[in-house]
Amino acid sequence: MQGEMPHVRQRAVRPGGSPIEKTNMKKLKLKELESRLQQVDVFENPKLLLEQYPTRPHIAACMLYTIHNTFDDIENKVVADLGCGCGVLSIGSATLGAGLCVGFDVDTHALEIFSRNAEEFELTNIDVIQCNVCSLPDRMSKTFDTVIMNPPFGTKHNKGMDMVFLKVALQMARTAVYSLHKTSTRQHIQKKADEWKVKMEVLAELRYDLPASYKFHKKKSVDIEVDFVRFSFEKF
Amino acid sequence: MKLLTHNLLTSHVRGLRPGGGYPLGIQATEVKLSPVDFNAQFVARMVPKVQWAALLQAAQSLGHGSDLPPEPAPGYESDEDFLRRLHHVLLEVEVVEGILRCPDSGHEFPITKGIPNMLLAEEET
Repeated sequence: MQGEMPHVRQRAVRPGGSPIEKTNMKKLKLKELESRLQQVDVFENPKLLLEQYPTRPHIAACMLYTIHNTFDDIENKVVADLGCGCGVLSIGSATLGAGLCVGFDVDTHALEIFSRNAEEFELTNIDVIQCNVCSLPDRMSKTFDTVIMNPPFGTKHNKGMDMVFLKVALQMARTAVYSLHKTSTRQHIQKKADEWKVKMEVLAELRYDLPASYKFHKKKSVDIEVDFVRFSFEKF
Repeated sequence: MKLLTHNLLTSHVRGLRPGGGYPLGIQATEVKLSPVDFNAQFVARMVPKVQWAALLQAAQSLGHGSDLPPEPAPGYESDEDFLRRLHHVLLEVEVVEGILRCPDSGHEFPITKGIPNMLLAEEET
């Protein structure tokens, strides 16, 4: 997303919530999931220091499609979305048949948009909590089947934030954590994963633009390489 | 806030003894019932994963305690009546406005428009 431009919501008609419609949702094609996620309202005034930007519909759709079809980690599962923001990943998970998807975010305004999205998509298997993800360690041990997230990368005076999110996610998840991390940190993360005795698989390499700090950069966004990673607890 | 979500939450007020922040007491001023599609498989999976006593306590505080037995009976997986009642309590009863109270410290976390705010003063951004 190109940073500060206010989002213009498309007024396309969305499918309703009848039971037949909902069953078919789980067999959604990738393109259909992506166009559904394009309807998600995004941040009106993103807070740069929280690294707020919406996960692009295309990336979110690819992630969720893989998690659902390759690994079967969404349907009938309890899913957590850490740093959920406006809820693109949660909306997608709920659409794909999560038993319950719970979003976690610190920012009141993001949560308002999240709630609005859940209501407009008529999703009933979704919930949300306001909290600081960093303060969750130990207290929510193994409470979710799957954790899905697009965590802050630690580029805005919050160095190491991605690893904090990862650590919390691994504590909360029973089966797997799906996350996005800068490719440049891959070796560092692999080392940590080995230390924590967790299996790490890079499922895909992506490129996308992050909103830059407008004061100090001439470009509106910075292009970076990102890994889509699956962490799991299977025995080696 | 659904009761399944509530079942997962604990308080993280400083200095609590292990387990001292669970379960959070619920005091609701507004509750709503939202229909959610019944999924027997999902509900049956949740039985061994929820903290039953905490769920019972939460349901009771909202006037839904009589919907649930003191403990899940053997063979619950095929007891549709039980699963439907559990489904109702876990997913369809939602606290819209109220308070969550830390059992040991008494600290209160507000629930506003269905969202529990678990932030402590020092965590506000």
